[in-house]
Amino acid sequence: MNFKSILVATAAAGFMTAAGVANAGILDDVKKKGFIQCGVNTGLAGFSAPNDKGKWEGFDVDFCRAMAAAVFGDADKVKYTPLTSKERFTALQSGEIDVLARNATWTFTRDVKLGLEFIGSNYVDGQGFMVRKSLGVKSAKELDGAAVCIQTGTTTELNLADYFRANKMKFKSVVFERADEIRAGYDAGRCDVYTTDRSGLAAQRSLLSKPDEHMVLPEVVSKEPLGPLVRHGDSQWGDVARWTLFALIVSEELGLTSANVDQMKSSNNPEVLRFLGVEGKMGEQLGVGAQWAYNIVKQVGNYGESYERHVGINTPLKLERGLNQLWSKGGLLYAPPFR
Amino acid sequence: MAVTSESKAATRSLWYDPKFRAIFYQILLLVCVLGLAAYFVSNTVQNLQERGIASGFGFLTTPAGFDVGISPFIKYDPTKATHGTVLLVGIQNTLVVSILGCILATIIGFVVGVMRLSNNWLVAKMAYCYIEALRNIPLLLQLIFWWHVCINILPQVHDTYNFADAVLLNNRGLFLPAPIPEEGFGVIWAAIVVAIVATVFMVRWAHKRQDQTGQHFPSFWAALGLLIGLPLIALLLAGVPLHLEYAAKTRFSLSGGLIIPPEFLALLLGLVLYTGTFIAEIVRSGIQAVSHGQTEAARALGVKPSVTMRLIIIPQALRVIVPPLTSQYLNLTKNSSLSLAIGGSEIVAVFMGTSLNQAGQALEIIAITMLFYLTVSLAISMFMNWYNNRIALTER
Repeated sequence: MNFKSILVATAAAGFMTAAGVANAGILDDVKKKGFIQCGVNTGLAGFSAPNDKGKWEGFDVDFCRAMAAAVFGDADKVKYTPLTSKERFTALQSGEIDVLARNATWTFTRDVKLGLEFIGSNYVDGQGFMVRKSLGVKSAKELDGAAVCIQTGTTTELNLADYFRANKMKFKSVVFERADEIRAGYDAGRCDVYTTDRSGLAAQRSLLSKPDEHMVLPEVVSKEPLGPLVRHGDSQWGDVARWTLFALIVSEELGLTSANVDQMKSSNNPEVLRFLGVEGKMGEQLGVGAQWAYNIVKQVGNYGESYERHVGINTPLKLERGLNQLWSKGGLLYAPPFR
Repeated sequence: MAVTSESKAATRSLWYDPKFRAIFYQILLLVCVLGLAAYFVSNTVQNLQERGIASGFGFLTTPAGFDVGISPFIKYDPTKATHGTVLLVGIQNTLVVSILGCILATIIGFVVGVMRLSNNWLVAKMAYCYIEALRNIPLLLQLIFWWHVCINILPQVHDTYNFADAVLLNNRGLFLPAPIPEEGFGVIWAAIVVAIVATVFMVRWAHKRQDQTGQHFPSFWAALGLLIGLPLIALLLAGVPLHLEYAAKTRFSLSGGLIIPPEFLALLLGLVLYTGTFIAEIVRSGIQAVSHGQTEAARALGVKPSVTMRLIIIPQALRVIVPPLTSQYLNLTKNSSLSLAIGGSEIVAVFMGTSLNQAGQALEIIAITMLFYLTVSLAISMFMNWYNNRIALTER
């Protein structure tokens, strides 16, 4: 009798656990648990890396913080899951994380076939090559026969093969899973070339033992629109993520910064007032508080502030705005109007 | 009273019949397990469909579009290869490192195991230190250590160690001359086959003769002579139909010849040194398990110490050694998957790593990889069980 009841109880428990995986709205789930689980890079200087106090910082991390500011009014309500390039999509597919902000390139296959949804691009990049200056290489076209260090499971891996094939050159790939392994390998001379997105090269170069002995070649061999992703099929959560990104861009466009946002609440510009939740019901429609955009700007800053703080010209990465400038200033940043 | 209890027992006997109950519970358990499995499968399929994740094995024929580190036998062209090719290359690399690793670890294990029992204090203590140090450090750490040794301590390309232009060593790898067969090389293959067949017959004849006359024939040296000598004679008679391809300097590095990259070297070194310690302990315990009386009896009969070891102690020790040795071979094979951490090209790194990420078919790829390891492990077990039966005590 005892044995029988144990058996029944075990079977029932098994079924219940299995049946417990139900799909409620992610926004509601997130609000209930009180934080956003955000997938970030295991360590890419300027984009997402823990600082000397163990707190995650960076341009991608700021996106997670902006979402938390929008949903909770507190940018610190984020928990980070560091992911390798190999783990990142599976972690999102399986629901381990709510949003992935990990310099992932927006491609057809990833958007369509993996059950994921890119909500836009927060950094427009292109693949480049870094070499030692002492090699005397001036162009990527001279790299025939070189050993190339590369991260596994990235679009750069495919672009690399395409580029060398198109230029009838051969290469030997040296593949690693994590960026710090690649850096160790490249620094020790295991390979001649390090290829990844140019922003990534800038980040890695700043961490090499002698950054000045290395140069990034002029060729840009691919389009790499890097952006955050969410799971496919939950439009509400997708909207929150997408409009968080747009809010970062639009706030820069409207001239809102973390310093002046409080004064701007009494602005004459109706779009600013709508944006900051003084007028209209945009936050409510989105399913978050009325102050959502205000909180983003107040706690995280606008796109430009976040950029200059982590990757801009005054940081070790020394990246110019380039294509990541507002459309009105000759860049590609463009967001639909808040109306 | 007796009658009533008997009739009652008859009606309820089926339930209280221990045999019936045992079968009933087993069937119930089976139904539960199968039901649970079916539920998980259908749940997974449903979830994949709901989330719009593609499934199936079609990806195996789609182009991979990336390069793999090494592929010693299969020709890998990144422009044409499919994920199926990547799978084959991964399997090949895993098998190569596992087979080489098992052979080398066995050699090291036997040597160190015997050293550990040596009467020479220094030799015994050296073996002891090696075993205790290496088997108590996690393998993953050791692999990463060896990889860093390979890329940081070995010289850069421009300071390559050069041994007579034939063997070159730098942190891009070990470069050996590659033998490239020319026309007419088939003769040598034929000679090798003949030598193997002749050796088998020779050994059988020697055994038979020893059984009949008691005369010993040095079959080991004869076999060695046959296996090396015959192909060598054939090679010379055929006018050496092969040339060596040496590594040559290119703008960036060296190319050509046989290249063993540091990732492979580090993996092999780590696996061999780590597993070698366990095999050494197994060998030592196996030898110590043979009663000391055997050695004394052999000495009393005037048998030489080297012969005592080879013909009396080792064959008896093998019976104790082989079963645990099997699990060390299994461990080594499975541990080769750790190459992932040092940029290796084994199945877990290239197929379950890169292919999984590019094709996105996690469940299928992990299932294939698990099936591969299961197959290889079972094959090793079968072979070692066969060998164990062969050397088992034959009772007459």
